[in-house]
Parts: sequence; C-alpha cells; structure tokens
Amino acid sequence: MRTEIRIAGFGGQGIVLAGAILGEAAVIADMEAVQTQSYGPESRGGAARSEIVIADAPVDYPRVTVPDVLIVLSSAAMRKYGEDRGEKTRIVVDDDLVQMEVEGAERIPFTMTAEDLGRRIVANIVMLGFITNRFKLVPREAIEKAIMKRIPKGTEELNMNAFQAGWDLADGKKPKKAKKAKDGKKATKGNKDGKAKKDGKAKKDGKGNGGKA
Amino acid sequence: MGEHLDKEHYDLVCKALGPKMQFVQGDVAYAYGALLAGCTYFAGYPITPATETAEALARYLPQIGGTCIQMEDEIASLSAIIGASWTGTKAMTATSGPGFSLMMENLGYAVMSETPCVIVDVQRSGPSTGQPTESSQGDIMQARWGTHGDHEIIALAPSNVQECMDLTIDCFNLAERYRNPVILLTDGDVGHMRERLVIPDREDYEVEFRVPPPEDKEAYVPFEGDENKIPRVANFGLGYHTYVTGLTHDVTGLPATDDADKHTQLVTRLVEKITDKREEIVRVEVEKQEGARIGIISYGITARPAMGAVRILRERGVPVNFMRLISIWPFANRQVAEFAAGLDHILVPEMNLGQVVHPVREAVEGQCPVSCLPKIGGVMHNPQEVSEAVEKIPKGTKGATGGKKGGKKGMKKGGGR
Repeated sequence: MRTEIRIAGFGGQGIVLAGAILGEAAVIADMEAVQTQSYGPESRGGAARSEIVIADAPVDYPRVTVPDVLIVLSSAAMRKYGEDRGEKTRIVVDDDLVQMEVEGAERIPFTMTAEDLGRRIVANIVMLGFITNRFKLVPREAIEKAIMKRIPKGTEELNMNAFQAGWDLADGKKPKKAKKAKDGKKATKGNKDGKAKKDGKAKKDGKGNGGKA
Repeated sequence: MGEHLDKEHYDLVCKALGPKMQFVQGDVAYAYGALLAGCTYFAGYPITPATETAEALARYLPQIGGTCIQMEDEIASLSAIIGASWTGTKAMTATSGPGFSLMMENLGYAVMSETPCVIVDVQRSGPSTGQPTESSQGDIMQARWGTHGDHEIIALAPSNVQECMDLTIDCFNLAERYRNPVILLTDGDVGHMRERLVIPDREDYEVEFRVPPPEDKEAYVPFEGDENKIPRVANFGLGYHTYVTGLTHDVTGLPATDDADKHTQLVTRLVEKITDKREEIVRVEVEKQEGARIGIISYGITARPAMGAVRILRERGVPVNFMRLISIWPFANRQVAEFAAGLDHILVPEMNLGQVVHPVREAVEGQCPVSCLPKIGGVMHNPQEVSEAVEKIPKGTKGATGGKKGGKKGMKKGGGR
C-alpha cells in the first residue's frame, strides 16, 4: 500500500516544511515515509514542490508517480504541476491563490483562514489540518507532534489554532475568526509573502533575484 | 580526542543530535555520520545542494568542542581539512560539482601526502554551474580521474538517508585505515530527501584511527609502508620530524623528483595499498531471481527507481537480477563479472550520459552486452521507464556482435530522454 501526496505552491509558503511535517508524522506513527522536494534557485517565489510517499513497506522510488492527493496553493504551481495527475487523484486547491477553474477540485480557503487567524504564514498548517482530517493520511496525534517539533518556539498556539481551523474546514465548519477578521488581509504583520496573493505576479518568479548557486 | 572514540565523546554527540530516531535530510545525515565517527573539524564553502551539511555542522560542532569554519572557497576548504588532519584531527568538507572541480588539485595533494580526510560531493547537474538545485550523477569519473596522475581513490554512494549517515562513518574509517582521501559520492536527490534515520548505539558501529608511529623515534621512517603498504607517519605535534610534500618523495618524505625508481616505488605503493584491499573495500548488494536473463546495475539515488522497476517487472512475471553498487571506487570488478555470468544483457541506469557503464563493461569482459540507460536534466528515472527499457532489450542477444548493437538500440528507445 503506497499513498502519494504532492504539495505545490511558491517558495515561501512553507511547502517543503509542510511535506517534512507530514512525512515525519508518518514516521512517528510507525509507517514508512519519504519526502522529496524540488524548487528553483530562488529562496522566495518560484515554484516549489514537496512530495511525500507514505507506505506500509520500505519505499523504493521516492518520488510521486501519480498523486493520490494533490494540493495546490498557487496559480503558477497549478499551471506547472496541476496537469500531472490521474483520474483518481483527489485535488484540493487554495480558493484565493489558485485563480483558474480546476475541474474536480475542492476549493478551500487555506490562506484566507490563516489571515483570519492573524498570520497568512500559517496557511500551510491550516492545509495540514484539512488534509489530515479529510484524507486520514496520518493520525492526528502524530502530526501534531511533528508540527510542534518543527515550528519556532512561541508560535505553538498560533499553529495549533491553524491546524484546528483546517481540521474544521474539512468538517464543513467555518473556523472562528480572529479579532481583526474583516481587515485580516491588510493587517497581516511581518509577512512579506503577502504580495503574492495576486498570483499573476508569482508566475514571473522564475526570473527572480539571482541564484543561491 | 585521543586514540579512541570514548563513550564520553559519543554521549556528547548524541546529546547534541537529540532523539535516536529522526526524520531528516541526507545532507544532515552526512553531518551526523561525521560527528559519530569522531570528526571535530569541518571547513567548507556553501553550495547548493550541499549547504545543509555545513549548516548542521555549524550547529553541532561548537557544541562538542569542534571547529566549523567557512573558507573563502573550496580550494581553501580542502587545504584546511588537510592541515587539520595532519594534527591528528578527523576532518571533512562538503561540496557539489563546481566546488568539487576546484578541489581536484588538493585531492591529488591529499593522495600524494597520504592525508586521511573525507570529501562529501553532493552531485548536481553540470557541467559548470549547471542546474544548482537539480540532481545528477555526473561526477563519477571526475572522482576517479579528476586529479592528475596515477592514483587510487575510494568512493561510496548512499541510496537512502540511513546510509548517508552509515557510509559517512565508513568513509572516515576507510580514510584513517588507508591514509587516503575518501569521497562520499552522493547526489542532490539523496541529499535533499527526508527519511527515517536511527542513530546507532556506540557498540553497534566501528570507529577506526590511523596507525600510530613507532615509539622509537630513531627508527621512524615516515613514508615507509608497513605490511599493508600503509605508512606509520606521525601526526604533527608528537615530536617526530616529518616532511610532507606533493612532490615525489622517498621513504624519508624528502623530495626525490628525478629518480624513476623512487617515483615508481611510491606511486605503486599508493595504488596498491588500495587495490590490494579491493575485496575489503568493495560493497555491493545483489538480488537474484530464478530464470533471470537481464541484470540491472545501479547506485545512489538511481538504485531506487531501479528497484521500483525490478518490483514492477516481477509483478509482470519478468525475472530480473539486480546489483546495487554501494562502493563505486575501487570498482567491484570481480563482483560485477560474477553477476554477469549467465545473463543475456546488463542495463546500467544512471543520471548522466554514461559513466559507471564503462567500468561495468570492462569488468564484464564481453560475457554479455552492457548498455547504459542515461538520464540528465535533473530528474531521476522513474521505475516505469527503467522497466520499459528492460522489456525492450531484444531477446537472446548474448554473445553475438549483432546482439550488442541490438542492445544499444534498446537502450536508446527506452532512454526516455
């Protein structure tokens, strides 16, 4: 039994971190897991992709062949990686950042929900909460433990709220909004990725600032 | 640290590294392996996809009383670890293709001066700066022959994250045992892949140290090989007189550049101290199936899709033999020759346009055709393209010259490039 998950977006959205957390959760739960990643030379922007293979036996080929679950968090990533899926692929896209129509996709407001919690940067954790509940890839305790291991100290509450909000989205519940709910988008503090909301800009990312060669 | 890796040092390393079971990148696992082997000195220059190794050692080495230094470039990085090694310290650097190219001169110096040291080369797509974030296996021949002159090199290639740590420990042991630079010839895909890793208990792995010099300083002949052709040369600071040079030298270590016999003696010993022990160094994994006519030989990350292909073919009822090279240099001549016996064809998938295929062909000595399944561009083979390439190999090609050609055609069709 082999489950293949691909998470795609742009650099800075925590795509690789989300994949690492999901893979680590599987290992904590005593499953076999491999996480791989690919990204361009830019440290922000550009297309980023993280792939996780979870299995009950050691994994030979570490990359995704046909994703069972495809999560896309930007229009550019949708264009670049979106076509690479099979008939049975379950696809979930960010409602705001994937602006085109995607056939058969569930549209979930990961980024909007994160903004409502006060920090757009936790959209990846909202997404993890959602997919953990929706697809039952790993046990909840395992992924919560994995999240705690990999987030900066002092952000535990924010991240757990984000995870719960994502979990609730899968149950069809509207998560509770933070105080500045209405201004959420503008009030996001300390997050330079905010501009990437209009993903039209993100597609130019391939020509970003130099390379870390 | 003294002549043995004491439990105290091991405990210090384990305390720094944290839980015994982790989910980490290959790059981080190289750093773990170095620390567990007793490495206390790292010098390097950041480069994708090897930077995480330097980052990890910058975090951990200070915690165990070691030194991590960022040099001005890769030439200086290898110089620095060669110097560190001469004080008796176990030292490592990590880089990728462009930096590895810069290290070639000093690699030869380390061979000639018989300096134990470990170089991690996380291969990326070249030539030149190429595709920084994309993986490749393009440095196989460079590792072997990139530095000039006759010499031997030891290179190991991990295929999973656990091996990234385990083989790094082995690299240090081999470097100390044979007094030679040892290369962990890994790749960007393995380096950036995260998997389960278990840190071993101290009792569960060996740690070796270079042979100490004779106690009698009068009887000290620094570059005279012992029964294993390994010199019992002293580390600096022990009170022995040692002259170290990259020039041809006699057993005293002093230059003897115009003496054909002395040069022949020296370089032959440098080569034979490795080739005599080929069987001790070589490591392969073989999986045979009843009735197999085709064999696949692969290594590093490419062994993973190759194993996937073997699984697919088995499900379709096509038996295939599989060999994974864990050591690349010195080459597994005997093992590959034996693997070839009775096969109709050997396929060598690799992330280059054909490198390991050459020593394989040489070792097989015409027993059957050998073809490469090349792939470049930064993306590893997928199991499907490997299995398709196997299925396209014409049947009953063994021996005949025409068959050889047929085999090559099969390779091109199935190449997926």
